[in-house]
Amino acid sequence: MTRLFDKTFWGLTIGLVALFALNFLLEEWMRSIGLQSLSRGCVAIGLLVLWRTGLVSFGHALFFGFGAYTVAMLQIIGVNDIILLLIGGCATAGLLALVLGFLLRQYRAIFFALLNMAFSMILYGVLAKVEALGSTDGIGINQVSFFGFVPSDDSYRPTLFIFAVIFAYIAAVGSHWYLKSTLGLMTMAVRENEIRVEYLGYSAEKAIHIKYVLSGVLAGMGGVIMALTIGHVDPDSMVYWTVSGDFVFITILAGTGNVGATFIGALVYELLRTYAFEFAPEIWQLILGGSLLLIIMFLPDGLWSIRSEWRNRRALAAAKSGDAPAGE
Amino acid sequence: MAHVLEVYDLEKNFGGVVAAHNINVTVDEGETIGIIGANGAGKTTFVNMVTGYLPPSGGRIEFLGKSVVGLHPRDVTKRGLCRSFQVPQVFLSESIFDNMLVAYGIAERSGLGLFTPIHTDERAARVDAHLKRYQIEDYRDVAASALPQGVRKLLDIAMATVRNPKLIMLDEPTSGISVEEKFGLMDIIMEALRQEDTTVMFIEHDMEIVERFVDRVWAFYQGEIICDAPTAEAMVDEKVREFVIGQEYHPAHLEGGAHA
Repeated sequence: MTRLFDKTFWGLTIGLVALFALNFLLEEWMRSIGLQSLSRGCVAIGLLVLWRTGLVSFGHALFFGFGAYTVAMLQIIGVNDIILLLIGGCATAGLLALVLGFLLRQYRAIFFALLNMAFSMILYGVLAKVEALGSTDGIGINQVSFFGFVPSDDSYRPTLFIFAVIFAYIAAVGSHWYLKSTLGLMTMAVRENEIRVEYLGYSAEKAIHIKYVLSGVLAGMGGVIMALTIGHVDPDSMVYWTVSGDFVFITILAGTGNVGATFIGALVYELLRTYAFEFAPEIWQLILGGSLLLIIMFLPDGLWSIRSEWRNRRALAAAKSGDAPAGE
Repeated sequence: MAHVLEVYDLEKNFGGVVAAHNINVTVDEGETIGIIGANGAGKTTFVNMVTGYLPPSGGRIEFLGKSVVGLHPRDVTKRGLCRSFQVPQVFLSESIFDNMLVAYGIAERSGLGLFTPIHTDERAARVDAHLKRYQIEDYRDVAASALPQGVRKLLDIAMATVRNPKLIMLDEPTSGISVEEKFGLMDIIMEALRQEDTTVMFIEHDMEIVERFVDRVWAFYQGEIICDAPTAEAMVDEKVREFVIGQEYHPAHLEGGAHA
């Protein structure tokens, strides 16, 4: 807990290097699944932070869509470098979260969840109606440059993948370190007892507001990656309430134990959806729903709890054999 | 001696119900004040007003010479006026150590410092020393939800003292504690607070505890203070005996100081 460079950090770093190496081997459809997992994983980290604070959002497609549409808008005015698009997408989503946060920080539980959804549906309505924003058809996204470098058509997607991996890595490590800071541990404190937080000398609402902005920035980042991955933004695939539902699904699937698990959850979700759609196009929603049901029934703390369960069993077995570990 | 707390003409109404009326009191540095009164007499309302949880309907509250009326509990806390609760307000799913770690983290950091790692060796050492002062170090890694009530009370007070407050208000520190354990618990609390050089006020229903640990008593009755006097005097005050402690209670100092 003391060190910044702990197991999770090294785990994420190994993941980074592994994905760099895999990039050479992946076929394009796999890379596409990878990119979408990285995108949704970023959003789900934001939800994890809120979840640990005891808050669920059913409307984070709002910030996701804001990030994605910012890419489209910036391209219209001629900005086309990935780093500027990323900064722009994160900044606008973060700013929106900052403004809405003044209202949302006053709400908890179902009110918080549904107010987020309400705002996302307002954005959906606006995007679907306004011609200048592409209306229901949306807007196409052009290929971008990478710090001024313009790759050939063949190497465009692998380059995009490398950058997406780096962005997701920064988001994951940054969030992991944040969760170990005083403010990060306040997620637990606010969830458990807001009165105590106030009487320790900090505003619970302010703590929630900061987490909300962080989650907005992360969702904006996810939106930027998704816009560049799909090459198109439209209200249905970026802002509709079911998109928010996907993020909640991933958070439940991954559990809130570890930021790294979020990407595993996102990948599992992506594979589940892709294969369910491919092999059972008539009943793919049924398969997704059934999977969610099984996860909630048997792994209520998500995939990450498989690891904790395995560790508990190992410790118990060691204790029974008289070889109790000293503990970590 | 300097006044730590000064309260003038304090009023509080909840609609037509008068919860505080014409309260005028002062607390000097180093004093130990006992607040007594029946349920609903206005004791906790008074503590809630002083610590910023409830706004008064009228009057002034000054802590170390400055008004604290209108401040949030967090701002009152930062000025050095802290409180504990009748029902301990702790982070139930976390260990004692992590509860204290968060408390220290919030107390010691502000602004961008809040983004630095909460767990440092120096802070862990301070937490351990604090736990030792309150004699709960044996429960260091036990989740707060699994603690005996007395230990949870001590944790609540330990968390309230991480800022080394000038004045602490304890809301019924011995409620829910068995008769045999009450004195031991209070000994630990008062010794720790003495080491921390903190002035203490506490709400208490057990008159034996009041007699043993308190210098001065405020007796509340229907939102008013009907007696503000040294403990021995208060225990024989007619109004106090009639409205608060009952005529049948025999003060310890008149019986040769059973617990003195």
